[in-house]
Amino acid sequence: PPSLFLLQVEQVKLLDRFSTSNKSLTGTLYLTATHLLFIDSSQRETWILHHHIAAVEKLPLTTSGCPLVIQCKNFRIVHFVVPRERDCHDIYNSLLQLSRTAKYEDLYAFSYNPKQNESEQVKGWQLIDLAEEYKRMGVPNDYWQLSDANRDYKICETYPRELYVPRTASKPIIVGSSKFRSKGRFPVLSYYHKNKEAAICRCSQPLSGFSARCLEDEHMLQAISKANPSNRYMYVMDTRPKLNAMANRAAGKGYENEDNYSNIRFQFVGIENIHVMRSSLQKLLEVSGTRGLSVNDFLSGLESSGWLRHIKAVLDAAVFLAKAIAVESASVLVHCSDGWDRTSQVCSLGALLLDSYYRTIKGFMVLIEKDWISFGHKFSDRCCQLDGDPKEISPVFTQFLECVWNLTEQFPRAFEYNEAFLLQIHEHVHSCQFGNFLGNCQKEREELKLKEKTYSLWPFLLAEQKKYQNPLYNPDFSPELTLLEPNTVSFNFKFWRNMYHQFDRSMHPRQSVFNLIMNTSEQNKQLEEDIKELEAKIKQRNGRSDVVLVKEQEQTAPPAPVALKSPPCFQKEQPPMPMNDAVRTIEGSNTADNRYSELVSEFSKAEPAVVSLEYGVARMTC
Amino acid sequence: RFVGSLGTIVIKCKDLRIIQLDIPGMEECLNIASSIEALSTLDSVTLMYPFFYRPMFEVLEDGWSSFLLEQEFEHLSSVTNEWRLSCVNKDFSVCPSYPPVVIVPKSIDDEALRKVALFRYSGRFPVLSYYHKKNGMAMLRSSQPLTGTNGRRCKEDEKLINATLRSGRRGFVIDTRPLNVAQQARAKGGGFEQEVHYPQWRRIHKYIERFHIVQESFIKLVEACNDQSHNMDRWLSKLEASNWLTHIKELLTAACLAAQCIDREGASVLVHGSEGTDSTLQVTSLAQIILDPRCRTIRGFEALVVREWLQAGHPFQQRCAQSAYSNSKQKWEAPVFLLFLECVWQIHRQFPCSFEFNEHFLILLFEHAYASQFGTFLGNNESERAKLKLPQKTMSLWSWVNRPEELSRFQNPLYEANSLVIWPSVAPQSLQLWEGIFLRWNRPSRFLEEAEEERINIIKYNKELQAKVNVLRRQLAEMETDGEVQEEE
Repeated sequence: PPSLFLLQVEQVKLLDRFSTSNKSLTGTLYLTATHLLFIDSSQRETWILHHHIAAVEKLPLTTSGCPLVIQCKNFRIVHFVVPRERDCHDIYNSLLQLSRTAKYEDLYAFSYNPKQNESEQVKGWQLIDLAEEYKRMGVPNDYWQLSDANRDYKICETYPRELYVPRTASKPIIVGSSKFRSKGRFPVLSYYHKNKEAAICRCSQPLSGFSARCLEDEHMLQAISKANPSNRYMYVMDTRPKLNAMANRAAGKGYENEDNYSNIRFQFVGIENIHVMRSSLQKLLEVSGTRGLSVNDFLSGLESSGWLRHIKAVLDAAVFLAKAIAVESASVLVHCSDGWDRTSQVCSLGALLLDSYYRTIKGFMVLIEKDWISFGHKFSDRCCQLDGDPKEISPVFTQFLECVWNLTEQFPRAFEYNEAFLLQIHEHVHSCQFGNFLGNCQKEREELKLKEKTYSLWPFLLAEQKKYQNPLYNPDFSPELTLLEPNTVSFNFKFWRNMYHQFDRSMHPRQSVFNLIMNTSEQNKQLEEDIKELEAKIKQRNGRSDVVLVKEQEQTAPPAPVALKSPPCFQKEQPPMPMNDAVRTIEGSNTADNRYSELVSEFSKAEPAVVSLEYGVARMTC
Repeated sequence: RFVGSLGTIVIKCKDLRIIQLDIPGMEECLNIASSIEALSTLDSVTLMYPFFYRPMFEVLEDGWSSFLLEQEFEHLSSVTNEWRLSCVNKDFSVCPSYPPVVIVPKSIDDEALRKVALFRYSGRFPVLSYYHKKNGMAMLRSSQPLTGTNGRRCKEDEKLINATLRSGRRGFVIDTRPLNVAQQARAKGGGFEQEVHYPQWRRIHKYIERFHIVQESFIKLVEACNDQSHNMDRWLSKLEASNWLTHIKELLTAACLAAQCIDREGASVLVHGSEGTDSTLQVTSLAQIILDPRCRTIRGFEALVVREWLQAGHPFQQRCAQSAYSNSKQKWEAPVFLLFLECVWQIHRQFPCSFEFNEHFLILLFEHAYASQFGTFLGNNESERAKLKLPQKTMSLWSWVNRPEELSRFQNPLYEANSLVIWPSVAPQSLQLWEGIFLRWNRPSRFLEEAEEERINIIKYNKELQAKVNVLRRQLAEMETDGEVQEEE
């Protein structure tokens, strides 16, 4: 009913972003409390969540109306033309209001109601249990224990309550060390490698300035190195460029002085900061959003944006970390400045390379819960959940997903999940529809009572995990704790079209091998069941004596046309997917635009622009 | 290269592989090097491998006669009678680079063809390249007209190409040179179709790079791919500087344009550049891949290569002599055919279920165009092949490839005949580096191959399961009928 809509404007045009002929769809635009909805004349719906809107821009008035461009955090860009300027102004103002939220309680997650009862909601939140995860890794053990130092968030507000530290690190050492670390983020366990007895630890930068030292912090590092019986040496990885780390010394921060710490090897790995990453993505999107882009402009834009260079730097750091553990059995302490951006990237990717568990659907959820959510990656600030400081926004988590995607491309059989899973997680990190990613740290989440007031994303993803399974996955690809060794030669890194042009259908392959294999693999499971059912029926009907006969016939009978006579039990069977329908299905698309033939005609209609343009040239030259 | 008494020979192959041999003993090393040098740079075609190669397989079908133009014409005759086979060139005297038989409009007699041949560069008069059954439009190809500076015209030429137009409809001339180059060509006796003499035709200049430009591009790209030490910026700037993907994009765009004129605009098309042996063939053959589902089958693609490249007189021997590692500058060397194959690969990537063949088939053709035990790609045109007596003295690639056991390696398990026109996206974000050619020797591909194998297994398994379900279902149905009969009794 129309009363649900805050605003309704007829005769709005939705322009094709890349069409040179200004191809458009005409329809009605509605605003609801949570979504923008556009229904075109063929009843196709485009839904955009207000929280996904990154920017709304009104362009100068044209003869056909007032253009409105909406950029989304999931890289969708829609270009509307509203016939009347006043309507456009209304939409613009409403969207500005609706997409900017001042307080958490107004976010979608607090009103989203998936019709689950309370116990389902509680169970959903219990699905990922980090205590269980540390147990799986093999802690606590002789060397590592659970510390209650941060039980009340007294030592570090942005850490979780439960932290694992070396047994030899006493409370005074912990407290002392935390006072010497930026934001109190002292070294704690992130991942424990059972076989090598080596650990990935994480922290923030030391407050060393030019010469300050802290005995407790030195003890802390010593405790970590002593907790590893296979190698006394440990690496300290500062994931920042050396210059940045040195500049921090002037502010009383900085990096570890190797002379003060025994048995450490110090290493810079040079990942740029959040501001560089933000503007890099900005440049990348500018380039890839250009209409009529030439190959060389694309490649030089890709280069000057630096985006793939940054992705490679992150993955190189993770490879370094994983090799230190797997090859040298050395423990590694990772930090950057505050230890919640680059540190999260490197620790989680390192663990993903080391432990095949994180390459399963459930394991990947655990990894994100552990290294990103619990250790206080500032999702709210980085993804701009609330109207805040634009300088805090940065695509750090997107980069992590892109690194994982690169790995799935290199090792197509090593991952239980597929690209759609990564894209879906990216979608929901920004959607504010579920509670998981709200806020900046666990303490804040508890204060918001997210577990009571919102739902967890993970059970929903698990419920539809068929969509996220990689049909090529081979669980035996790498035994439990063997290292995945990616080749990080530059040419192995590609532009992630399915992320940055997710909604630009015309750029995607018209037939998707991936979808086809997904469907076939799904169908195979169904067929296996059907065969079992059929065999049981035949057996039941004929008694045991006829089984031999059945087998004989099986070899001689020619394949009969499908459904010669369809018994009731097969009516539920899905007809095999016609191959031509195997166009990539993208989140948010409906069945109508999945019709292959329609796409072809749509595309063909769009293109004569090229011809007419050429006519122009031809006319001039003739 | 020598280190002590250990000699090293580096062999750079035409398929872009680089092999290093360490050979103890200086003399042996030198001997081997000079032997390889001599054997890889033979002067005479008749000393090449195809003339000595003895096949170890039974020939089921002689590939030399697998794709005759007569068969193609028979196929054409079943849908239209507006065309005829002409033997005007049976002794290669009218056009040395054309095959003995060609398809031309029925209304044009051989006498007229002889006159038109004199008006076209190297005698390459307009002939039928493709007939679009859907709407009866035709694609012709030729070389440039010899209008010269004073605007010479040839009534027969005008009559010939006008014969392909429906009354009141117009056609398009797609000239693969930029306008200024076409204009400059007049000074050398060449030229282009002037509107005054061809009022029913619109000319479109769609520039496609050729010769040393694309060869340099090829060399640069291979260099970039072979250096694994490049950091990201350097790699991307080298990839850009090679211009290779730009050529791919331009070529695909030109082919789409030709296909669009035919399919969308319902117009006939004449394609030519200067000689009509390179970019012209790239455009006409790619347009057919887009338009004609037959060309996306294995047999149809082979026929396309034979018809539009071999018989049409693409000078393979000149273009595919040295590949990317040639030291000396080869004047005629150019990866024209490779660019065509890569464009097919790009379309294949976007329509992976619409081709009967797989990527390996395209790679196979690339390899054999440059070096082969078969005679198929020897010579520069049919006239030279006839003189060398290739059909008698060498084995055809098609004789080997079309044997069932070979064929199975080149089949695409995802293939499902698609009768539609397939329009590829030419956005830079949609194009990819052809790793199967350029990174083939530079990266471990085991994981990718295993994934490909698994994909094939899933498809195969699906077919087995479906067959089994059908058998069981039928049995159950039979049992039920039997049961009913028994009950009735």
